[in-house]
Amino acid sequence: MLESLPCRRMQNRQDLITLWLMRWLAAMIVLLLILLVILLCKLALPAISKFGLGFILSDTWNPITEEFGAFPFIIGTLITSFMALLMAAPLSVSVALFICEICPKQLGRLLGTFVEMIAAVPSIVFGLWGIFSLAPWVQNVVTPFLKNTLGFLPFFQGPSYGIGVLTASLILSIMITPTICTFCREVFNTIPSQTKEAALALGATRFEMIKIAILKPSYSGMIAGIVLGLGRALGETMAVAMVIGNTSRLSLSIFAPGSTMASVIANEYAEASNAIHLASLGYIALLLLAITLIINSFARFIIWKWTPKI
Amino acid sequence: MSVLKVENLNAWFGDNHVVKNISLDYKANTISAIIGPSGCGKSTFVRCLNRIHEEVPSAKVSGAVYLQGKNIYGPGVDAVTIRKNIGMVFQKPTPFPAMSVLDNVLVGLRFQGMCKKTTLMEIAEACLKKAALWDEVKDKLNQPGTSLSGGQQQRLCIARTLAVNPPVLLMDEPTSALDPISTAKIEELMDNLKNEYTVIIVTHNMQQAARIADYTSFFILGDLIEHGPSSEIFTNPKNKKTEDYVTGRFG
Repeated sequence: MLESLPCRRMQNRQDLITLWLMRWLAAMIVLLLILLVILLCKLALPAISKFGLGFILSDTWNPITEEFGAFPFIIGTLITSFMALLMAAPLSVSVALFICEICPKQLGRLLGTFVEMIAAVPSIVFGLWGIFSLAPWVQNVVTPFLKNTLGFLPFFQGPSYGIGVLTASLILSIMITPTICTFCREVFNTIPSQTKEAALALGATRFEMIKIAILKPSYSGMIAGIVLGLGRALGETMAVAMVIGNTSRLSLSIFAPGSTMASVIANEYAEASNAIHLASLGYIALLLLAITLIINSFARFIIWKWTPKI
Repeated sequence: MSVLKVENLNAWFGDNHVVKNISLDYKANTISAIIGPSGCGKSTFVRCLNRIHEEVPSAKVSGAVYLQGKNIYGPGVDAVTIRKNIGMVFQKPTPFPAMSVLDNVLVGLRFQGMCKKTTLMEIAEACLKKAALWDEVKDKLNQPGTSLSGGQQQRLCIARTLAVNPPVLLMDEPTSALDPISTAKIEELMDNLKNEYTVIIVTHNMQQAARIADYTSFFILGDLIEHGPSSEIFTNPKNKKTEDYVTGRFG
């Protein structure tokens, strides 16, 4: 494209330097990602050649017998992220609506800042809070409540030690709320006030106005926000590693301890007993990267499909 | 017979007094125009008539507006009910995004809880015909409302407002964002609407007021300068300021 511009424009030295600088910097980003994948593959190669794709579905993780499988961690990652989304998405959308449409402007700005401050809290701080406040609360309050109401389902049975899948999901949901909320606020703010007034002028109540003038046109935007949150939940490591219990045993119960792909890497890479153990962790990292990429492209597909084509 | 009676209406944005003590009477089945230079409070005035003004933060209103004898600012009167009886068309076309042409027309009825499909289709067709849009959109009722042209979108908004069947129709510069052909279509359609509705239109365009309005009010800086039959306002104004404005010496 640029080559087809008149020659005269390109003679400017500043433009030329800038052009090449930008080209190199842009290429660097792509190169970095490719290099990352290559190095990860190289690290994981021994595990890939030993276990093959069966690694994904195998649920043994035994450093002593040198048998490794990622299934419990994949399931742990998906379950904690999904539960976190289930809790965080309605909360974030409601908070965003409240800030944008219902509460007075000044209060909204203050609330918005508070929500964004949650995003600034370091992961490790959340982890500590999770261990010392959230876990006992889950053990003493949430678990008995869930057992009494939904105890007939296999997901809500078994003992609770406080730390486990449920606690990890709760922490994750708090951590991804600002991401989704901030994104949704930006989406809601792009809606022109005329659209809202048009709905009100037709005799809409505030709730109906929010439904047709704000939520309906914002579907794809909200999905994008939720996926951003999911991306964060999938990769979140420190806080989860501290409260999930870290066991490679699979359990149906959400009270039981578990493990996620990120948490197992964080916990074990430093004391990996042998080369194949380390390679297996590399393999898990590769899979985590793949899952994130797949979910993100899926979300992009949804956004693309739902965006009205004019 | 008077449909809408305005008594001592005042409106503010914060400390800014934009509509000053206006009293006016609108007769049934007439078109009344409001003209005046920019910033004279004419939009705010009509926005007070369906209580949409109060949706803006820091907006205040005092005075009374009687719709068929009932004060819309009276105690216990719900703004939502009022807006179902006083429709409004805005300056820019505002079809709801992510909604089909048909859904756009019917959205007001859905607010009223009407959901019988055959009745809804009949009303949609009738309203689109009244808004002179039926022939252009009858084959694309399921396409998004935003895919229509600007003029069509504005007529869609008129059809949407008619579907709720309000006795009074407010139009806030409905043609200022449109081309001459779309404008002509909308003016023509307003003339037909007069048979069933009372129309109050804000316009920047004096020729438009002269062409379509039975009555015209002239506003400057929130004050009502003169109100009377359009023929008088435009040919024989009583006030010097009105004369200067309509003859183009001011504004």
